[in-house]
Amino acid sequence: MTETTKPQNADDYADKIWDFFCSLKLTIIILLLLSILSIIGTVLQQNAPAAEYIKEYGQSNYELFVKLQFVDMYHSWWFIGLLGLFSVNLICCSIKNFPRVWKFVTEPALIASPGILKNSANRLEATSKDDRQQLANRLSALLKKEFGSAQQSEKDGKLYLFAQKGIYSRFGAYMTHLSILVIMAGAIIGNVWGYKAYVNIVEGTSTSQVWSRNGQVPIDLGFTVRCDDFDVSYYANSRRPRDYNSDLVVIDNGQEVLHKRIEVNDPLTYKGITFYQSSYGSAGNPFFQVKVTENATGNVMNMKASMGQPVNLPGGYAFAITDFTAEGRFGPAARVNVSTPDGRRGTPFMVLKDFPEFDIKRGGKFSFSLVDYKEPQFTGLQVAKDPGVEVVWLGCLLMVFGSLTAFFFSHRRIWVCLEEDGGKTKIQIAANAHRNQPGFSLAFDELKQKLDAAIENKSSKKEG
Amino acid sequence: MESGLFFNITTIAYFASMVLFFAYIAARTSTLAFFATLAALAGFITNTIALGLRWYESYQILGVDGRAPLTNLYESVVFFAWTIVLIYLLMDLKYKQRAVGAFVMPFALFSMVGAQMWLNAGIDPLVPALQSNWLTYHVITCFLGYAAFAVACGVSIMYLIKIGKEEQHKGDAPMGGILGLFPPCRVLDDMNYRAIMIGFPLLTLGIITGAAWANYAWGTYWSWDPKETWSLIVWFLYAAFIHARFTRGWIGRRAAWLSILGFAATIFCYLGVNLVLSGLHSYGGS
Ligand code: HEM
Repeated sequence: MTETTKPQNADDYADKIWDFFCSLKLTIIILLLLSILSIIGTVLQQNAPAAEYIKEYGQSNYELFVKLQFVDMYHSWWFIGLLGLFSVNLICCSIKNFPRVWKFVTEPALIASPGILKNSANRLEATSKDDRQQLANRLSALLKKEFGSAQQSEKDGKLYLFAQKGIYSRFGAYMTHLSILVIMAGAIIGNVWGYKAYVNIVEGTSTSQVWSRNGQVPIDLGFTVRCDDFDVSYYANSRRPRDYNSDLVVIDNGQEVLHKRIEVNDPLTYKGITFYQSSYGSAGNPFFQVKVTENATGNVMNMKASMGQPVNLPGGYAFAITDFTAEGRFGPAARVNVSTPDGRRGTPFMVLKDFPEFDIKRGGKFSFSLVDYKEPQFTGLQVAKDPGVEVVWLGCLLMVFGSLTAFFFSHRRIWVCLEEDGGKTKIQIAANAHRNQPGFSLAFDELKQKLDAAIENKSSKKEG
Repeated sequence: MESGLFFNITTIAYFASMVLFFAYIAARTSTLAFFATLAALAGFITNTIALGLRWYESYQILGVDGRAPLTNLYESVVFFAWTIVLIYLLMDLKYKQRAVGAFVMPFALFSMVGAQMWLNAGIDPLVPALQSNWLTYHVITCFLGYAAFAVACGVSIMYLIKIGKEEQHKGDAPMGGILGLFPPCRVLDDMNYRAIMIGFPLLTLGIITGAAWANYAWGTYWSWDPKETWSLIVWFLYAAFIHARFTRGWIGRRAAWLSILGFAATIFCYLGVNLVLSGLHSYGGS
């Protein structure tokens, strides 16, 4: 008993599993589940430091969140698992249904069944004195012009014509489904073989290492990137940044191979690695260009100084810039100290960049003016290597075309059956569309007049 | 600003259109429906002019930094009103079911009133991240999609009102009263489906252009921030709608409820995420 039923049971079981994975009910449930579960990650902040969760929700809740992987839910086993189930569902469904659709291509229904001829919503019946082949030729010519080239066949003494249009639209849904798999494949490729990283480069320096965004592990680029200059430009009369730019140079094997001024929304790519302008900040002490006039001689000296470092002047004097602000009440302002040859420090005084004559009035041994200053900055770059991104875009393209064909085009077919009937020819025409039937009915009504004219061998214009 | 004047006229026209549509349903005089549609069209034209003028004004105020008027919450809301009326008028051309206007024009009117009462209409320069053509493509496709969903939602509400009454109403005699003017339930159901068929590919494009932009600006096409995730939730919901309809025959009442749920999620994605949840997205409090 058991021997005979067991394999059957196993088959049943396999069938059940197969049906489960193929079922559209599962698709709808997964889609709704994905919608609902995705909400969690929009309410609960993702990947925040533990202390923040504990402060907000308490220790025990935090431990629960960690156990359920809510703190990084889009990478949790259950979310990824659901996406996996979604793909399996999609693949099974396509395997099951595709052969049926492929048959429309390989085995077109050249011969209309009596059911189609009798019951189709779009029909035309007529009789004519002309013989079958004459009619077939005229109708073929018309169909070729108006619809699609007709295939002629004969069965049981009847002559059949078949023409079709838009068969590709049967594949729109499959293209859409395939596109989802392609996008997922692209995402996986990017995750496995790519990385997201960042790096801060101080102006004038270079780096060949970047830091991964999660984990802060150093990654070797295999080449060097130098930042020659960084700039922020502002909108007129406002402190609103208009743009950030970095002059980047790529050095590979000791050669400068690429030069680009990047800005937000305009990155640089070299060897599959892309550098995006993302932030900036101050990197250490500013340095200055100062014009010093020896008042007794009128001697002018252009000197460089960096913050806090004494710079020697003639006669054993020296000066140092001890404080600086770029946004003082009178514009950029530096505090200068002059020390005498015996090492005593004098009273500090202000030098204003926007008022170069200002310091002459002080009447010291030297007068100073601030020609220029530079606050060294670092440019903050996001660095991404994503070999899957092209695959993702390909998937997106497929998705757009796929869903457009699935939604807005339909497979339309016309059958003609010509039958000898007591010296006359009986003509039956039927047509259908696999979607948008009302629209097709309108189009068919128009075609009907032309078909009538062709049957009566008149030009359609004369038909009222 | 001149454009402000035209936005005011637009609001008045949409208000007039809505009142006329209500009057049409109450009084059942088709002349009223004609004038209601005319008011909607007039509003649409002034809305278009206002958007165009605002575009021009941005160049006058910001010089070379002028830009299409699609960059802050105020501009997106008045553009949303424009897309709703555009989709509505296109559907009206095809279906000629005037009563539908009474359930769609309120969405456009709410948008205009909301924008003018609560939102900052200033033309400010853009932060660097927003200076991208992708932003324009992204906003246009998303909002055309949202607008189609708004029309679908309005039609679904009509469907639910009508089907409830129709089931109580026995016999073959045509229904009198207010509901007599509603399109037949079959037509309402079809309109719901058509509107979602238009909206879904547009939302798909909206998400893709958003991803392309993020990739260009930051090197990640998808980072699961709340705005992105909610747009995906909306997409999942309408995908479920389409499959339920194509293959499980979910039409009528269930389709109408799903459509309303979808639009509620859409509005949450658009406004709720910024008001309720924190996120990186740009249409913030400013
Ligand atoms: C979320 C993204 C999806 C989109 C945009 C989408 C799109 C579509 C469209 C437009 C159709 C209509 C096809 C037609 O009537 O000829 C369709 C049908 C279908 N979809 Fe999807 N689909 C998606 C996901 C899925 C998934 C995950 C499955 C997995 C089982 C699935 C299974 C089916 C099946 C079985 C049909 C019916 C096919 C037929 O009638 O030949 N879809 N889909």
